This record gives sequence, structure tokens and C-alpha cells, in this order.
Amino acid sequence: MAEFAYLYREVDKGPASPQEMQERLKNWTAWFQDLQAKGHIKQRGVPLTVGGATVKGRERQVHDGPYAESKDIVMGVTVVEARDLAQAIELARGCPVLDSGGLVEVRPVRQL
Amino acid sequence: MLTRMLGVDKLALAEDVVQDALLTAFQTWRLTGVPEHFAAWLTTAARNRAISLLRRQRTAQRLAPEVGRFLDEERTPPAASLEGDELRMMFSCCQPRLREEAQVALILHLLCGFSVGEVAAAFLVTEAAMHKRLSRGKKVLAESKRLFELTTADFAPRLSAVQRALYLLFNEGYHGAGPEVVRAELCREAMRLARLLLAHPPSATPASRALAALMCLDAARLPGRVDDAGNLTALSEQDRSRWDASLIAEGMELLEASAAGEEVTPYHLEAAIAAIHAAAGRAEDTRWGDIVDLYDALLRIRPSPVVALNRAISVAEHAGPERGLEALAAIDDRDRLAAYPFFTAAIGELELRSGRFDRAREHFRAAYGLARNEGERRFLERRIAECDRLARS
Repeated sequence: MAEFAYLYREVDKGPASPQEMQERLKNWTAWFQDLQAKGHIKQRGVPLTVGGATVKGRERQVHDGPYAESKDIVMGVTVVEARDLAQAIELARGCPVLDSGGLVEVRPVRQL
Repeated sequence: MLTRMLGVDKLALAEDVVQDALLTAFQTWRLTGVPEHFAAWLTTAARNRAISLLRRQRTAQRLAPEVGRFLDEERTPPAASLEGDELRMMFSCCQPRLREEAQVALILHLLCGFSVGEVAAAFLVTEAAMHKRLSRGKKVLAESKRLFELTTADFAPRLSAVQRALYLLFNEGYHGAGPEVVRAELCREAMRLARLLLAHPPSATPASRALAALMCLDAARLPGRVDDAGNLTALSEQDRSRWDASLIAEGMELLEASAAGEEVTPYHLEAAIAAIHAAAGRAEDTRWGDIVDLYDALLRIRPSPVVALNRAISVAEHAGPERGLEALAAIDDRDRLAAYPFFTAAIGELELRSGRFDRAREHFRAAYGLARNEGERRFLERRIAECDRLARS
């Protein structure tokens, strides 16, 4: 088994309707339950908000952001366990972020 | 499921503050899982929105039971937290930086699902003016950091705005401008929320009791307010045996309990008026003199042209149509009633009783032009026909 990080990237869109959000939340819950039941969830992860800051380079330059205007902000991270990259990709296909126009970056976790 | 029933086109309401809060919740909870307590909150918001959308559709009655069943299945969280969340949402909208009227407008619009037009009708202002007021209110709410996180200390000062919102919600159902004559479901919703206030110690004040009493006593008359043909029936002509005796009893009990404090609120006075009607076995047994006194007291603490109108009608019942017409003519800001069909209709009614049938007919016709729904129009048609009949005889 290997570990993979799912980075959920999406544009921080304006509010959808409560119905739609409830629907989406249901999809997320279902997706997670499925992964959990099959033993794939290593760390459910953390949700991220937009904003904050970036600290950059030797000069430690501080910039604001990322902002809602930028494309594909990482909005959360989850660590899963899968046989290989192929399976991790297969599992990511069910991620509800895809249905709302986002993407999942599937990245192998470097094993120490 | 809801989305499928409602149709995607009905779901666009992007600027809502409530939805902003929901979005934040959504983005957090999809990864962390929904805290048990908040599942109710989310469901409630979605449910309120669904109900308000359904209400606005012609198919509402056909679909409503289906939605009800679906929502019952969905409602796994304990009822107590659901109720608390609903109350908290109402109190959150009563942001102290807003004028009370703006707070109420926001509650009606954001949480009870009233259209801008309906909120405007409830306040007797134009839709454009209400639109402005709501936009300003939403801005203030959006700037408020503590939305939906109220402590008990915030509760008491906001109670009067919440009470007033429930009062208006009830009235909208009772005298509503909507396409149906009486939208009993709005009254039921208001009563449910009023009972919620009573179930929660910080909000179970004498004024809350008086408000609940008023709702019970008025709602008791709902079965008599519309006849079998769906026509609006005047209070004097209602079949009083159809009034709901258990609601009257509950209302009387609440009214008695509401006398516990020092304070006399408009709800106390209005409930007392409703109690007099409820206690009169026949229309002619009504103690109109007492009602006029109560309206006088009401005008002192909450002057409004609608209260003045009701007072004038009571004066007419008590002292005759001529006195009533004088009282109508003496209403201070009567121009605010110009678009209200029952003001013009009241003049017509009193002219009719004074035997001036032609003038009465003119007023009823003017009122007909202002009528807001089929029920009001049918009611006024019958009054016009009555003028014709009496003019001939």
C-alpha cells in the first residue's frame, strides 16, 4: 500500500443555493464514507480558507493571498492509502469537487 | 431530491447572507464531517428555502406533502437542536445596528422566504423602497462577524424584533396579499415559532405569551373566515360554531398568563381585543365599547393608520356608521392607507349602512381596483351587488 495526498483545487465560487449545498455536502459525505469503509482514508485532512499570505524567497517576501480571483486554490488536503497511483486516481474520480468544476491533484506521499 | 423537485431555475438567490454562512459551513464540513448539532441547522435553512420556494408555485399544494415526507425522513437530528437553531437564526438577523423595521424585513425576507413585494406589503411601503431597505440591511449583516453565534446575553434585547417578525408573519398569513385568501400555513409557521419562544426561558416573557395568545385567538377564527366556496367572510357573518374552541381556550389561558409582568405591549391589547370577539357567542353580543377603548390604548403605544382604521370600524359598530365615518376621516396619515383595499371598502361599508348606496358602490368599486387577490375581489363584488340590490328596493 502507498499513501497519496488529494489536493482539492477549485475556484472559490459565490454561494450556491442551500439545496445545492446540501446536495453537495451529501455527495461529499457519501464519498468519504465509501473511502472510509474500504479502508482508504489515512487522514481525513484539513479544510482551508482563501486569503492568508505567502512567504517567499530568501528575502522572506510576504504577499497577501491567494485570493478568490486566482484559479484553482487548494481548498483542502486528504491523505489516502491505495495500492498504487492507478488506484488512487480511480478513487479520485468519484470526488464531488469535480462536479462543481474543481480538480483533484493526486500526489504520492514521499515515504521516509 | 429537492433540486429535482424545485427545478434548477428557481434556485438563484446568490446574494443571501444566509447562503454565505452556509457556503462557509459547507466548505468546512465536507472535509471534517458535519457536526451533529449543525446538521439540523443546515437542514432547516434548506427546508425554509424549499418551503418558501414551493409556496410561490402554483403547484405548491400538490408538492407540499411530498416535501414534508422527504424532510421528515431527513430530520434525524434531535428536535431540540433544530428548534434552537431556528430561533438563533431569527435572533441573528436582529442586528442592533439596524432599525427594528429593517430587522423584521430581513427576517421575513431571508428566513421566512417572503418576496420583496410581500415584505413591502406588510410594511405598507413600495417595493422599490423595501428593496433599498433590504439591500442596506444585508450589507450590515454581512459586515457582522458574529452572525449565527449568539450568546444568551444577546437574546433579550433582540426579542422584541423577533416578536414583531412573528407577528407580521402571522398577519401576512391572515390578511395576506398573496394569491390565496388565507395562507393558513404562514399562520401555522408563525404559531410554531411563537410556541418555540415560550419553550425557551429567556424568550418566554409576558409579551411572548401575549403574542402567542393573540395568534391562538385569531387563528381560532380561521375556519370561519373562509366559507365552503372559498369566499372571505366578514367577522359579523361568520359561523361561530366553526371557530376552534381548543385554540380559543389556549389563547385565553396564555392571555391570562401574559398579565404576569408590569408591561402592557401592543400584543396584550390586540390579544384582549381578539378575546372579546372570541367570547361573543353572537356578533351582536360583541362588547364594542371595550374594543374601542383597547384600540385607543393601542393607538397611544403603537400609532399606525391600520390600527386607526380598525378603531374607526369599532366606533361605527359601537356608536353608528356616521361616527365611524368621522373617525375614518380623522385618521392622521390616511394617505398611507390609500393603496389598502380595506380602507376604501370600510368607507363603502359605512356609507352603505348610512343608506347612501350610490356612494357606497363607488367606494367598493375603488376598493375592487385595489384588491390583491381573487378572494378580496369576490368579496367586494358581493358588496357591490348588495349596493345594487338595496338601491333598487
